[in-house]
Amino acid sequence: MKRVRIIPVLTLDNEKLVKTIKFNHPNYIGDPINAVKIFNEKEVDELVLLDITATKNKREPNYFKIEEIASEAFMPFAYGGGIHNLNQIEKLFKLGIEKVILNSALDKNLDLITSASNVFGSQSIVVSVDVKLNIFNKYSAYTNYGSKKVKENLNSYLAKIERAGAGELFINSINRDGTYLGYDYQLISSLTSQISIPIVVCGGASKAQDFLKAIQSGASAAAAGSLFIYTGKTKGILINYPSQETLLKEVYEKL
Amino acid sequence: MIVIVDYNAGNIKSIQNMLKRIGIKSIIATNSEQIANAEKLILPGVGHFDYGMKNLKMMGLIDMLNQKVLVEKIPLLGICLGAQMIGNKSEEGLESGLGWIDMDIIRFKKEMMFDGFKIPHMSWNEITIQKSSKLLEGLSNESRFYFVHSYHMQTKNSEDILTNSFYGYDFTSSVEKGNIYGVQFHPEKSHKYGMKVLENFSKI
Repeated sequence: MKRVRIIPVLTLDNEKLVKTIKFNHPNYIGDPINAVKIFNEKEVDELVLLDITATKNKREPNYFKIEEIASEAFMPFAYGGGIHNLNQIEKLFKLGIEKVILNSALDKNLDLITSASNVFGSQSIVVSVDVKLNIFNKYSAYTNYGSKKVKENLNSYLAKIERAGAGELFINSINRDGTYLGYDYQLISSLTSQISIPIVVCGGASKAQDFLKAIQSGASAAAAGSLFIYTGKTKGILINYPSQETLLKEVYEKL
Repeated sequence: MIVIVDYNAGNIKSIQNMLKRIGIKSIIATNSEQIANAEKLILPGVGHFDYGMKNLKMMGLIDMLNQKVLVEKIPLLGICLGAQMIGNKSEEGLESGLGWIDMDIIRFKKEMMFDGFKIPHMSWNEITIQKSSKLLEGLSNESRFYFVHSYHMQTKNSEDILTNSFYGYDFTSSVEKGNIYGVQFHPEKSHKYGMKVLENFSKI
């Protein structure tokens, strides 16, 4: 038996909790604090919070809100959105978060990964890479919440991120976001065979068995947004998380 | 009063948040005078072994820590790097540790681990309790804790082992010797299980 991390992802538009489909159509969900309190009660493994409009709107991370959320998060807590320099990262760690997630700041170069992991330790520096499959069946990385394509080929981009000193990769499939179609297992297998740092996958999860398949394809942890926010086919808002019994039976004991 | 030692290498805020939630007062100490009045000490820590030890030295905290822990024998809880620094030395660096418990800190032995166990060990894990302890009152082998580390403790004397955990092989996940406690996991990030550990510590 092996425990792996099953991670709810909350996407924020500044102070509002929203959920997208294929990185579009943000749907207003509610107050993030309530969601975090419920995830606490459900004893989730870890929590990822992404402010998806900070960079676009040239905002700083919302430190006040992040501190409020961190004070309610009795599990490992990662934050991404609007992070562009070491001062911001230091400030975020002092608020009580465990990991920062970098994405759009890497547009120009990857130096921030190296300097941040030298100062704070690589285990606390996560790089998120949003991946889109085009109609020619080719994967590309994107930054700026899916609006800016990275020219470099995906594999060499990821290899550079790993060499730069990232502690973990957070791979989000844009095509699968909010679709409940299952993770992109083909993508996971191809990436995990060439990357040795832990890979967290996100995008498309619809049930606990999907976590198992993601891990069996090579991921170190499985994350999900919609699955933990909505209920059933009607997609009513209901913050949820599988019980330990379910995770043991459906995932951990099969690993 | 619980005093949390802040030597610029740990997530102090998370520990304070959790203590506050369970109604336990704590203060943060950055110098010897503040440590002098402690009834209990928490030594947190995240990061490199040498960085942590050098900071303790540079800030002039080691004599006072020795006085409180070895002479006055007040309870001390080391967390993660803070637990590792209780040992003699670490494969991660060249600095000497505090040497309060006879143990070395070694890197996870890759050759003993089969595929699928990546380093660092970054996940929740269970514990196997090796002896009864006030620190673990109300907790069991089913209790789970959050870990993130590439190095682990290896004691010279098995009676100092409080719990083991399995990650590729059994390693020591917490130690206890008299008034000195060290946990490799992060109680401040381990939900009700971690709360129980901190609550137990506050009652020792």
